[in-house]
Amino acid sequence: MIAYLIRRILYAIPILIGVNLLTFSLFFVVNTADDMARMQLGMKRVTPEAIEKWKQQHGYDKPLLFNASAEGAKKISDTIFFQKSARMFVFDFGSSNDGRNVAREIQTRMMPSLAIALPTFLIGLLIYITFALLMTLFRATALDMLGVSLCVLLMSISGLFYIIGGQFVASKLWHWVPISGYAGGIDSIKFVLLPVLIGVMGSVGASSRWYRTIFLEEIGKDYVRTARAKGLSELRVLFRHVLKNAMIPILTGVVVVIPLLFMGSLLTESFFGIPGLGSYTIDAINAQDFGVVRAMVFLGSMLYITGLVLTDISYTIVDPRVRLQ
Amino acid sequence: MPVILWTDAMIFLLLATVLAAALWIRKRPHLVLPWQRVAKGSVGMVSLLVLSLFVLVGLLDTMHYRAALPEKSNGQTVYSAEVLSVFDALAIGLRSRTEKTYSAPLAAYLYAKESIETTDGKIRRDYPRLLYGGAHLADPQRELQGDVLKRTVVGALVGLLIGIFLIVVGNTVIRFFVKSRIDRSSTGQEISKDGSGIFTFTKAMKNKPFRALLITALLMAMLLGVTANLAAVYHVLGTDKVGQDVLYLALKSIRTGLVIGTVTTLVMLPFALLLGIAAGYMRGWVDDVIQYLYTVLSSIPSVLLIAAAVLMMQVYIEMHPEWFETSAARADLRLLFLCLILGVTSWTGLCRLLRGETLKLREMEYIQAAQAFGVSSSRILTRHIVPNVMHIVLIAVVMDFSSLVLAEAVLSYVGVGVDPSTMSFGTLINSARMEMGREPMVWWTLAAAFGFMLVLVLAANLFADAVRDAFDPRLNRTEAVA
Repeated sequence: MIAYLIRRILYAIPILIGVNLLTFSLFFVVNTADDMARMQLGMKRVTPEAIEKWKQQHGYDKPLLFNASAEGAKKISDTIFFQKSARMFVFDFGSSNDGRNVAREIQTRMMPSLAIALPTFLIGLLIYITFALLMTLFRATALDMLGVSLCVLLMSISGLFYIIGGQFVASKLWHWVPISGYAGGIDSIKFVLLPVLIGVMGSVGASSRWYRTIFLEEIGKDYVRTARAKGLSELRVLFRHVLKNAMIPILTGVVVVIPLLFMGSLLTESFFGIPGLGSYTIDAINAQDFGVVRAMVFLGSMLYITGLVLTDISYTIVDPRVRLQ
Repeated sequence: MPVILWTDAMIFLLLATVLAAALWIRKRPHLVLPWQRVAKGSVGMVSLLVLSLFVLVGLLDTMHYRAALPEKSNGQTVYSAEVLSVFDALAIGLRSRTEKTYSAPLAAYLYAKESIETTDGKIRRDYPRLLYGGAHLADPQRELQGDVLKRTVVGALVGLLIGIFLIVVGNTVIRFFVKSRIDRSSTGQEISKDGSGIFTFTKAMKNKPFRALLITALLMAMLLGVTANLAAVYHVLGTDKVGQDVLYLALKSIRTGLVIGTVTTLVMLPFALLLGIAAGYMRGWVDDVIQYLYTVLSSIPSVLLIAAAVLMMQVYIEMHPEWFETSAARADLRLLFLCLILGVTSWTGLCRLLRGETLKLREMEYIQAAQAFGVSSSRILTRHIVPNVMHIVLIAVVMDFSSLVLAEAVLSYVGVGVDPSTMSFGTLINSARMEMGREPMVWWTLAAAFGFMLVLVLAANLFADAVRDAFDPRLNRTEAVA
């Protein structure tokens, strides 16, 4: 198990290097640092001196990959690639355009993101699976038809509609909760409630339908027939047998996203004014703060790969037949 | 002067591909079979009909031109810098009747109060009359409701009549063309069997999908009639901040949605097909490289990758203004780039599926037989592998469409979507979202954008389900068990 994990983590390194190279070429080769400086300073009447100054301030005034004018090891290390891209491996994300340290910013913003994303994830999972099990229980009846039609309808509605509509109804019409904002500690509940609700609502259609397909696939298998032949009640078959055996396909889709919960949701956070990583990313995109976007891309892929490893581990927990070697 | 923008070219290419595929399939009964299964489901057919209405608007909006200006400079015709489409020309009324600012749907008065000079020289604050909406009414407060009701009824009736007329004409035309090929059994042609004009409907009405189709067509005709009749003198869905008709904006958005939904898959298909099959068939280091490639791409959260790529593309376009003759060409290239980027981020899923399927197929007996006969690899791929993974491709394409349309709105909100000057559901929602706080609320722009999007995506989802049910052999079995 340990050996497997080490191998898995080693395998992640080339992928992270690939991600790093990809973002590097996307951000520095497609456009030169001069172009970025010009975008930041405004397109018209920018003096070359101002561009040079901006580049110097943000550390973009170095050669891309190889610094011929430097000494010794600095030939490699005193370059944009090393300073801006390679250092992300040790979680040094540099600073944003307004001079703040990105790594610290990420640390403080993780909690609010998690406060929204984690409840959304857990409550969502519970509701989707329950809903899907109910549809499976009443499969091929009018109730199942109704459920599936409802799912298709719900998944055809734009996520923006849930947010805008939810904010309008809950905050503006009924004055349940504040429209947006965030506070730490126990106060956060009233700010978190609506985003969580809307987040759960937003994917109820697609997710329930997906779980239903998984359950239906399981229910056609032989062990289910055996269980029924033993005289077990349908409910017991569903919960004790089908649910357990459907764990592998469920975990495949679910565990991967757990680390990504840290990243928060772009839409929800920006609509509800939650100071998490999602709104941080959106602000960075709107302000064209490339340093922050680059850091988030790298962080995101790192978390995704962690999720893949966690998925493998979770298989061993639910299925004794799976051994990691 | 006709103008072919990049996305126009892509759409025409796509259209040509679809037509060619249809002609090719028509001759082969085993390929026609699943489509006949699609044709037998009423939900699928009805959603296809709704979709085709959207596609029609989109296609009309794809044929672009630049109008010639009346004055000529030394003998040469000068063209306007504004790129218009055939749809713009048809909807000239909707396009040109702009008000001052917001007005509610079917209103005769402006949304905001203004100082109006009365006939006796005094100035009072009141809601001014609209320039076009309900301008034909002498006293809107009294007449508006009656007029709207009258126009609705008349419009519905006229629409119904035109619809029936078109169906009868269509029926006759079909009858005329398929007289020689009577034994084909699709719905439209069944009518022609007993060859007695309109009376065949009673027979065709026994066919459930045909009945559903007919009813939907007539309902759509009525709806179109009502809308057309009302839109002639009112703003059916109100006007936006600068007074543009929201109905026009929403209809224009359809093309953007369709382009995003279809061109993206068109762009990504060659990659996914080529790499997926290559990885599965050749295995070894080719497989390793391709797997590495898609693992890297799929490990970046897609929104972030799209955001990063779009930001870079924005800078690139800003830096090269000399490339673009018109602002439409610029906005269009941005749309194409967005499709490209979306394609790059979404091909990994299909690629993985195709690789898995090819891995499975290459162990099949008939492939091994072909290999034993000494058939070349390229021929095995084109003759045996590609046709047998096509159902996966088709299912992926139709399933992706609706999620791409939805994604466009989100991306435009995030600020990495289409050009702000391109009309799309995302830009519509974005522009209207801040107006929810107003008193009284400006709800119609949002309602129009969400409504159109819902109908489009719902129809696409239902059609995709119908196609999947007809093509996916695995799914048929589970459905049967259920």
